[in-house]
Amino acid sequence: MEITFLLNKMPLKKGVGMEEKIIKQISLFAENKPGRLAKVAEKLKSAEINIRAFTIAESGDFGIIRMVVDRSEAAHRVLHDAGFTVSETEVLGIEMEDLPGSMSRIAEVLGNANLNLDYAYAFITRAQKALLIVRVNEIKKAIQILQAQKIRLISMEELETL
Amino acid sequence: MPEYWDPEIETMPVEKLKKLQEIKLKELVHYVYEHSPFYKQRFDKHGVHPDDIKTLADLTKLPFTFKQDLRDTYPTGMFCVPNSKLARFHASSGTTGKPTVVGYTKNDLEEWADSLARAFTSVGIGKDDVLQISYGYGLFTGGLGVHYASEKVGASVLPTSSGNTERQIELMRDLGTTVLACTPSYFSYMIEAARKEGISLKADTKIKIGIFGAEPWSQELKSRIEKEAGIKAYDIYGTSELSGPLFTDCSEQCGIHIWADKYIVEILDPETGKPVPDGEQGELVITTLTKEALPLIRYRVRDLTRKFSEPCKCGRTHPRISRITGRSDDMLIIRGINVFPGQVESVLLKIPEVGEHFMLIVDRVGELDTMKVKIEMSESAFSDRMSDMMKLEQKVAAALKSVLNLAVKVELVEHGSLPRSTGKSKRVIDNRKTL
Repeated sequence: MEITFLLNKMPLKKGVGMEEKIIKQISLFAENKPGRLAKVAEKLKSAEINIRAFTIAESGDFGIIRMVVDRSEAAHRVLHDAGFTVSETEVLGIEMEDLPGSMSRIAEVLGNANLNLDYAYAFITRAQKALLIVRVNEIKKAIQILQAQKIRLISMEELETL
Repeated sequence: MPEYWDPEIETMPVEKLKKLQEIKLKELVHYVYEHSPFYKQRFDKHGVHPDDIKTLADLTKLPFTFKQDLRDTYPTGMFCVPNSKLARFHASSGTTGKPTVVGYTKNDLEEWADSLARAFTSVGIGKDDVLQISYGYGLFTGGLGVHYASEKVGASVLPTSSGNTERQIELMRDLGTTVLACTPSYFSYMIEAARKEGISLKADTKIKIGIFGAEPWSQELKSRIEKEAGIKAYDIYGTSELSGPLFTDCSEQCGIHIWADKYIVEILDPETGKPVPDGEQGELVITTLTKEALPLIRYRVRDLTRKFSEPCKCGRTHPRISRITGRSDDMLIIRGINVFPGQVESVLLKIPEVGEHFMLIVDRVGELDTMKVKIEMSESAFSDRMSDMMKLEQKVAAALKSVLNLAVKVELVEHGSLPRSTGKSKRVIDNRKTL
């Protein structure tokens, strides 16, 4: 409630800095059978693509591989050309202190704003920070709210050099 | 004004056509009785003599013939002419049993080409067309059957036969193919293969007509093909025993015209053998009126279709049949429920997320039959939210359940993982037989 109130008061900076805070995640459909992950990894290796974050959601017969890489366009192309069913998904990279309670705060902020998480996964960066990758139902609203709370979002550019 | 290949015959009043059939039928029964020991024996055993056939209605007094008869008399035991009168052989692929051999006299080949020439004219194919034939040439009747009819109507024939898809597409572009004849599943594959090369069949080729057949397919697949390739798709029908591809629908696209001066059509209930009314589904039974080498009397084709007797808008008076939706021997019985692969295709293609590529797998777990459908995932339907993917599986399962009244397990598989075929597609794997 509080946040919504704040938002209404604040002049909305339309789109400024918003696009660059959106991270292009590579999502890929893979059958749950031996050798599929190896094939994906091999394709990325051959294109010299570096994986920043990676997770697999699985459901019996198939899995959805989600990953953030340093060159997402190249990864998309090489996987698509190899015959994979692949798409680009817009996600957010939320920076957190690698300390107890960091996640709790972010979850609270998003929850209070009625934003729903489709999924999330986290990893620790070399700079002793934790990074939470999330897919939310309303990405632009989430950016505004997180930024209003001084929560730092990582940009695609930063991610490439992370 | 519609153009006819043989206007007098094609628009002949129905009563006159029936009279013509009656005359030909009476000649036919005497001919087979005298020239084929097989038919003499079959008639005698059935207690019918050629003299008993006095009107068209007497047709039902005659015994049926079956594919099994051709197998039992393999290779030429049913033929009515000696080898010296034969001009060609074809043989069936034998996918459902021992191969069957069909023989043709010179006149049989002429009648065959004439039948298909009428059909091609009815969809507007003529001397300005480049007709690419991607049916297999050889023992299979598809390639050569379409070939001679295409030459007859004056089209330029491009006899690519089946396979080597890249080259097919290259020639299609370079030579300006306007008509393509192949199986519907192969055409789907061609659209996809062209797209991978960055070619749109709609924008980058001159193809405007597709002549598709040799396997059952649905209205949904037809609409999808027409839209994606920017063409008009026509059904072609015929089986090797009847000569080969013989008939198509006309440009009105309201059923396949069966030339009544050459063939008598009956649609029967496959179980009782009794005729079903016009418009109702049953098994196609055909009597050939002009064949000399291998005439067939009340031949049980086993293809399922419907008949429409009233004359067509195009002015042709001959009866029409609907697209073949399956074969009576394709029917799967799963937990006591009859399932036709065509029904499943029909359901799946109404779901936009589902592409052309799927496969049915029937199995038996313990005492229980199970049916699984594998569906290839397309990029347009893919979502990286697991809940969306589960919803898609549930949506497909619910749609199948409502039509088949059967619980079907839906499995999403990777794009390109199901086998592609250049000939007849294989969409059903029944693992129960091997148990």
